[in-house]
Amino acid sequence: MTTSDLMFDSNLGKRQRRAARFRRLVAGATWSGVVLLAVMLFHIVKEGIGWVDWQFLTSFPSIDAEKAGIKAALAGTIWVIGLTACISIPVGVASAIYLEEYAKPSRLNRLIEVNISNLAGVPSIVYGMLGATIFVRWLHLGQSVLAGALTLSLLILPVIIIASREAIRAVPSSLRQAAFALGATRWQTVSGHVLPAATPGILTGVILALSRSMGETAPLVMMGALTYVAYTPTGITDEFTALPIIIYNWSDRPQQVFHELAAGGIVVLLAVLLAMNAIAVFIRHRSQRNSP
Amino acid sequence: MIVTTPNEPTAPVAKLPESANIPILATRDACISYGTNQVVTNVSFSVPETKITAIIGPSGCGKSTLLRSFNRMNDFIPTIDIRGDIQLRGESLYAKDIDPVEVRRKIGMVFQKPNPFPKSIYKNVTWGPNLHGYKGNHDELVEKSLTRVALWDEVKDRLHESAMGLSGGQQQRLCIARAIAMQPDVLLMDEPCSALDPVSTSRIEDLLFELKERYTIVIVTHNMQQAARVSDFTAFLDRGVLVEFGETDQVFTRPKEQRTADYVTGRFG
Repeated sequence: MTTSDLMFDSNLGKRQRRAARFRRLVAGATWSGVVLLAVMLFHIVKEGIGWVDWQFLTSFPSIDAEKAGIKAALAGTIWVIGLTACISIPVGVASAIYLEEYAKPSRLNRLIEVNISNLAGVPSIVYGMLGATIFVRWLHLGQSVLAGALTLSLLILPVIIIASREAIRAVPSSLRQAAFALGATRWQTVSGHVLPAATPGILTGVILALSRSMGETAPLVMMGALTYVAYTPTGITDEFTALPIIIYNWSDRPQQVFHELAAGGIVVLLAVLLAMNAIAVFIRHRSQRNSP
Repeated sequence: MIVTTPNEPTAPVAKLPESANIPILATRDACISYGTNQVVTNVSFSVPETKITAIIGPSGCGKSTLLRSFNRMNDFIPTIDIRGDIQLRGESLYAKDIDPVEVRRKIGMVFQKPNPFPKSIYKNVTWGPNLHGYKGNHDELVEKSLTRVALWDEVKDRLHESAMGLSGGQQQRLCIARAIAMQPDVLLMDEPCSALDPVSTSRIEDLLFELKERYTIVIVTHNMQQAARVSDFTAFLDRGVLVEFGETDQVFTRPKEQRTADYVTGRFG
């Protein structure tokens, strides 16, 4: 025995067992989530994949399950989410730039910051009520694509602002100093270096937020989006329906065959989400190639 | 290879006869504080033209703060307060009608840690001049600037590759090239070698000798050997007060102040 053995009661065996227990705990948490998701996905795909064909994608809803399709809903979702992106990305990223790069620490700005975080936690149905009141009734936009997009924009703006702020804050200050030291103005610094460096992070937040808004049913139902639409929108003032609404509608019917149609709709919704995430990964990969 | 161009001024601006006595950069009773914490007190000295001036002193003596006030990089610190005056060719840098953006065009800066832009080597050099509407030939500017920092031969075949692929020493030389591409009146360096290995450090020191033929350089360093090796003039700061300013030889071998003697001989600091 050496002196150090007398000094310590290291109890190594017990410590290693505790370490192994913790490893099993976190691995178990991860895998239970993965397995649960896989089972759900398998169930949905098994039930719905048989219905997903060209006819399903290009037909309007029908009481005859064989002829029913999601053309109107898919087009409506693309219109609404596209417009939501056009509204929420510029406003959200611009707000994040203002709060991170321009705003001086004042009581008002502190208040704004705290409330943006709070808004991110407000249930989506509340935004639906807000949208129904402000956009549908006060501004007389009706149950239009524009009203839906504005409502969903309100819903995801806090998320986009928070994610963009994090991404902008993560840009090393040495980069800003390098630009300022060459005599760049604040805007030249932000547009030339801060935004390009923050783009991957901003994109991640934006795509996550848009994906969330794509699956939202409550706000659209609340603002009165239609469930039965036999035409595709041709402009932002047209009425519309969306994938989650038609899925909700079908799964609410008593006939089993419509539940299978709903599963088919979910498969399409998931495919669109996956495609969006794939695009985000692609853009991130491209913009990261040249970064530190 | 372009080494010099005839129309390039070696000593830019003011050619009036009386300006001969106006120092290129001077600080007059400069006091700088962060909130209530005063870090620089009544510092006055003039930086000699086309010479290297070293600012030395123990950690926290305010030497970096002073340097950063020369190109208004302290403006970004909300609580900063600067009194007294700092002048470029007799013109106050802190006058109301002076735009800090213009100050930073005329007074370049190289930082402690190499901070190239995550862009190509070429764009690193041209980005600054382009901000200010550079009208000359870009290829020429890039070659000239990189040649002056002895980087051209190492990178001429990969100018359009990312600057992040360069070694630390190469990155720092690129940062110097980026700064001198702006043709600054004064070049400020904030411990430019402290993140570099000895070989890269000695390359940068060699470079400083070349650069001082054209540029006025102010370098902050915590390395006294470096100050003694590269500088012509030395300012010794202790707790925000300028203890001694003079020719480097004199400051290091025959200091007038006891505190300077103690510091340069390593008895404190």
